Amino acid sequence: MMSKGNILDEIISAEELILKGHSACQGCGSVLSLRYVLKALGRDTILVIPASCSSVYQGLYPKVAFKVHTFNTAFASAAAVASGIKHGLIMKGSPNTNVVVWGGDGGLTDIGFATVSGAAERNEDIIVIEYDNEAYMNTGIQRSGSTPMGARTTTTHLGKFEPKKSISLIALMHNVPYVATANPAYPFDLYNKVKKAKGIKGFKLIHIFSPCPPGWRYDDSKTIEIGKLAVETGYWILWEAFNEDGKIKLEISPPSRPYLNPERRKPIEEFLKMQGRFRGMTPEMIEALKKWIDNQWDLIKKFMD
Amino acid sequence: MKAEHLIISISKPEEGAGGKTGTWRVFRPIIDEKKCIKCQQCWMYCPDMAITTEGRHSVPKIDYEYCKGCLICHEVCPVGAISFIRES
Amino acid sequence: MARLDVITGNAAAAWGARLSRAEVIAAYPITPQTTIVEYLSDWVERGEINARFIRVESEHSALAAVIGASAAGSRAFTATSSHGLWYMAEMVFWASGARTPVVMAIVNRAMGPPWNIWSEHTDALALRDTGWIQFWASNNQEVLDSIIQAYKIAEDKNVILPAMVSLGGFVLSHTSMPVEIPDQEKVDEFLPPYEPPHYVFNPKKSDPITIGSLALPSDYIKMRLSIQKAMDNSYSVIKRVSKEFYEIFGRWHGDLVKEYMTDNAEVVIISIGAVAEEVEAAVDEMRENGLSVGALKIRITRPFPYQEIAKIADQTSAILVIDRDISFGWGGIIAGEVRAALHKYKIDTPVYEKIMGLGGDEITTDHIKAAVKEVIEFIKR
Repeated sequence: MMSKGNILDEIISAEELILKGHSACQGCGSVLSLRYVLKALGRDTILVIPASCSSVYQGLYPKVAFKVHTFNTAFASAAAVASGIKHGLIMKGSPNTNVVVWGGDGGLTDIGFATVSGAAERNEDIIVIEYDNEAYMNTGIQRSGSTPMGARTTTTHLGKFEPKKSISLIALMHNVPYVATANPAYPFDLYNKVKKAKGIKGFKLIHIFSPCPPGWRYDDSKTIEIGKLAVETGYWILWEAFNEDGKIKLEISPPSRPYLNPERRKPIEEFLKMQGRFRGMTPEMIEALKKWIDNQWDLIKKFMD
Repeated sequence: MKAEHLIISISKPEEGAGGKTGTWRVFRPIIDEKKCIKCQQCWMYCPDMAITTEGRHSVPKIDYEYCKGCLICHEVCPVGAISFIRES
Repeated sequence: MARLDVITGNAAAAWGARLSRAEVIAAYPITPQTTIVEYLSDWVERGEINARFIRVESEHSALAAVIGASAAGSRAFTATSSHGLWYMAEMVFWASGARTPVVMAIVNRAMGPPWNIWSEHTDALALRDTGWIQFWASNNQEVLDSIIQAYKIAEDKNVILPAMVSLGGFVLSHTSMPVEIPDQEKVDEFLPPYEPPHYVFNPKKSDPITIGSLALPSDYIKMRLSIQKAMDNSYSVIKRVSKEFYEIFGRWHGDLVKEYMTDNAEVVIISIGAVAEEVEAAVDEMRENGLSVGALKIRITRPFPYQEIAKIADQTSAILVIDRDISFGWGGIIAGEVRAALHKYKIDTPVYEKIMGLGGDEITTDHIKAAVKEVIEFIKR
């Protein structure tokens, strides 16, 4: 385990592959996450980006803020385009270039779900990374399958009734070598997970909690505080899972370990009250959310050794 | 001059792909070098790469041409070395 | 060594892709395209061809994968029909916009509901606005040959557009015909490996670039007109490549069009695909009975051969267009385009349209002769 000092040096010296002057919102959790993804992957990387915030924040033609090959593609198609790029590169003698899907919950949990699932089932040698801002943010904050219960969006004014659909849990059921969750408030953890994925052949999926100031209605400066609260309340569980011979070996990541114990979790109200999207949640809805959090932990624990 | 039949949407990496985003600022963060303990947290958490550093033993610098003034740096600094003022 | 075999249109399509040394193939089965997919995956699994076969979970993903592979510099191939084509329809636009010169075989089939698995041309014709070069094969030999030609034309540095080769469902796809399978070496000479002149997604071969990000209207229009310019350029490339192919392999299927007995024809029948062969048989029968009729097969619907059609029309008294397709609220698609061609060149030869064979409904020489009879009666009045 690398000491914090060494990893900080490594991250400082890793090239910034996102240039200054991109047009992401102030305080955007997505672009901050991509910063660490690209630091971990390095230059020999191709990004495939479906319609999403990142399609826009990369900049306006003819300039782009990303210093890696980036193929923008139609909404549902990213994992398939990535599969094709990888096979094409293999035919051209470059089998080790990182081919990475960088998309949101819209493109990967909803409209592109079949595509991700198909690529996972075929064990395509790609990394699918979902930055989850828990709604269709690029089109103006409409709900997605990944929106948590209770959250208000422009299509769920009373708060979403249904619980969150989790791409990482679903990926876990696909028999793939590596699935993990991450959070830009814990950048070393994110960086290490991407590095691990880079070194594995086959399908990898990383699901990143991506705070969104305009969508979740909080002050831009609080992105990291909310990221940390998500983990400290147990709402967002940091874990990684390897699949060896068909058996899932899941580990809770260090920042989430204290919260295995429900008594150590901060009250969920602290997380909810910071975000306008949860305003108006009734006590019943909050109870339902608490139950959902407990159930998520129970489910995750089943996969631990 | 690209051939007329091959004008394709190919963009090249360049700073300022979204314009001079420093103009977005309402508040300007300021690092107090004397208070700074060089923990690099502000550099780590800047979503705009607008804070640069020379390494673990240096005080990070803010690039005001691109800093959007989100004030994450102000929030994460453990010793309150980053204050902010209203942009004039 | 070239060899003669008796194979179906689907086998011919698979051979076309094989001989063109397609490097990445991704396809999803749909009747009547299915056997193309089966042949190719079989050959890949046996190591008979050096290619990668991606068993995608949908047609949308099939074309997406093939676009990705082409962007990475590989020659890519897919095949589909009807609903599969329309499921990937948004990606059809993406391929031309991203300038990935892939080749796709389309086994034409009617659109539902109701479900209908038989031949109709509406599927591919209704995508004629997407910036793909469109071939229409009339027999299995032409299927094989057109796929090879399609790669050469699509990858030409003055073109760089994707191409589709249509073959009639069941009529060609599942009907066995004698086909000469050309010698691989000869095909290699005719069709060298793909060398993308515009961009390649390979960090080892180029500096980072981004494709397809947001563009303002003033830039978008330049890119769209650029596709139009490439289509304009493709006219001469199609002519040159068709001629080259004839010189090397000894077979001529026409370039953009193919005339049949149009000299001194009072009526010229225009059609596409396998229907054109039926039309030629009908022309033979009618000529034997003293009728001065001829045929014009439109081999390529995009770019549209305005000039060639206008020229033929100018030399005859009536045009009969047989459309195995329909554009609701409009009529026959080919007839509409033929009328436009005549108008463009100020030719006032009357154009009669006959919609036949929808959903695989039979088109026989009798049907064609009856239609010509109607036209001749009309002219006499």
